[in-house]
Amino acid sequence: MTNALSRLLETRDWLMADGATGTNLFNMGLSSGDAPEMWNEEHPDRIKKLYKFAVDAGSDIFLTNSFGGNAARLKLHGAEKRARELSRISAELGREVADASGRTVVVAGSVGPTGEIFAPMGPLTHAAAVEIFHEQAEGLKEGGADVLWLETISAPEEYKAAAEAFALADMPWCGTMSFDTAGRTMMGVTSAAMVDMVEKLPNPPIAFGANCGVGASDLLRTVLGFAAHGTERPIIAKGNAGIPKYHDGHIHYDGTPELMAEYAVLARDSGATIIGGCCGTMPEHLEAMHKALTERPRGPRPSLEDITAKLGGFSSASDGTGEDAGAGRRTSRRRRG
Amino acid sequence: MSEDQDDIILSELNDEELVEQMFDDLYDGLKEEIEEGVNILLERGWEPYRILTEALVGGMTVVGADFRDGILFVPEVLLAANAMKGGMAILKPLLAETGAPRMGKMVIGTVKGDIHDIGKNLVAMMMEGAGFEVVDLGINNDVDAYLGALESEQPDILGMSALLTTTMPYMKTVIDTLAERGLRDEYIVLVGGAPLNEEFGKAIGADAYCRDAAVAVETAKSFIARKHNQMSA
Repeated sequence: MTNALSRLLETRDWLMADGATGTNLFNMGLSSGDAPEMWNEEHPDRIKKLYKFAVDAGSDIFLTNSFGGNAARLKLHGAEKRARELSRISAELGREVADASGRTVVVAGSVGPTGEIFAPMGPLTHAAAVEIFHEQAEGLKEGGADVLWLETISAPEEYKAAAEAFALADMPWCGTMSFDTAGRTMMGVTSAAMVDMVEKLPNPPIAFGANCGVGASDLLRTVLGFAAHGTERPIIAKGNAGIPKYHDGHIHYDGTPELMAEYAVLARDSGATIIGGCCGTMPEHLEAMHKALTERPRGPRPSLEDITAKLGGFSSASDGTGEDAGAGRRTSRRRRG
Repeated sequence: MSEDQDDIILSELNDEELVEQMFDDLYDGLKEEIEEGVNILLERGWEPYRILTEALVGGMTVVGADFRDGILFVPEVLLAANAMKGGMAILKPLLAETGAPRMGKMVIGTVKGDIHDIGKNLVAMMMEGAGFEVVDLGINNDVDAYLGALESEQPDILGMSALLTTTMPYMKTVIDTLAERGLRDEYIVLVGGAPLNEEFGKAIGADAYCRDAAVAVETAKSFIARKHNQMSA
């Protein structure tokens, strides 16, 4: 492997990723409802500033401003034909910032969900999804992304379609899912099921894991679930800085830099190699996380009780793994042939 | 499928067994079986409204409860809702003809700036599954779109959804505008979406925050019941 991420992973036993994209951009004046990807062209200075926030806070990896840069999402802004171009620019700007940093910083081309439900229940076919992801992947590749970075995925079908598209683009990649519903993804995928799915892919990711979701505690329970399922693949933890709260017309996440520092250390102890934040994670959070990861020693793998004592309770009693796997579903009295 | 389970012939079941079987079939998302069950009950002289409430809404209540409790997830609920829709398609014209009572009507849409609609679609499906009439405004609705629909549709409930922390505040704009025009108390306002919580719902002046589609249905039912009680008091 010759990509920058694999090289870093050979020499380091933890890497720090970046924090929030949306929350930071809104602080710079993005209005609610506008596609952040348009800023790649309209305000490249602000996007570079966003990337620099992460680099200056010590991040080894940052994600490009292309989360919604696929044709399915851009269509809602009438820009479906610009997926490749806007994705390319997001990576070019990233390349500039990373190359000027004076150290190895990985430009990870962000690829978010299409937002569509897969056939037969929804309109999105596998072939169409692969095409959408492939187009964006080529744009990110052209712009100089080191790796592609799939995130916030709920459906296994979507994760697999993206993997196939990234193979077509011949790009190394990472991919995380969002475990926001009773410890599973919205589509019911458990941490253990994700490990099984990832290992069966013909072109598995360099690293996999969880992002966004509910709070820091839930995210770490998911990381423990990955580790307990016996994966050797590097695990990614990118949790939100607490829970969103409403204050005087603004949304603010209640996770303090101190809490995120604690989360970062616990994530590493739980088995994560790549640690970052998601929504609400600002530069001051990243700085506190970097300091903690650098200065504090590794500890034993935390128990669920350790996690709730330090970061707060879970959003659900179970996450559908271990003894709870498969429990609860009513059984039908019959099936018809 | 499994050999120790004999195929069940729906028409050979008595009413009670058939309704129970339809609960199972809804749970398993078997659309054709639900359509068959509805037709059998119609042939046996059941009122369309009774089929709707006892067989379909009853079955969807079980699905909703297991979704709420983290036992079923979105794919299973979509399948169940699809089966329900098959039954509803048969009943809808008959319900209109017979002047059956209405559960209530909801106008629902994702707020301005927000283009996410999976959660909102689920709520719409589950509400329909519970027998409500739903007018779906789709995504990216501004104040005028909501107010226009409230005016033309005269619903009992306004549902607003936001999946982004950045679009959540717009719900308050809509509620404030309703209040300014003296319309706030005309409607039950329910809000939902991944980043929201109860505290937020209260802060912006909604009647309730609904954690998921199942909770939305339960909340809607209890508010409608309260409204009816007030009217008869």
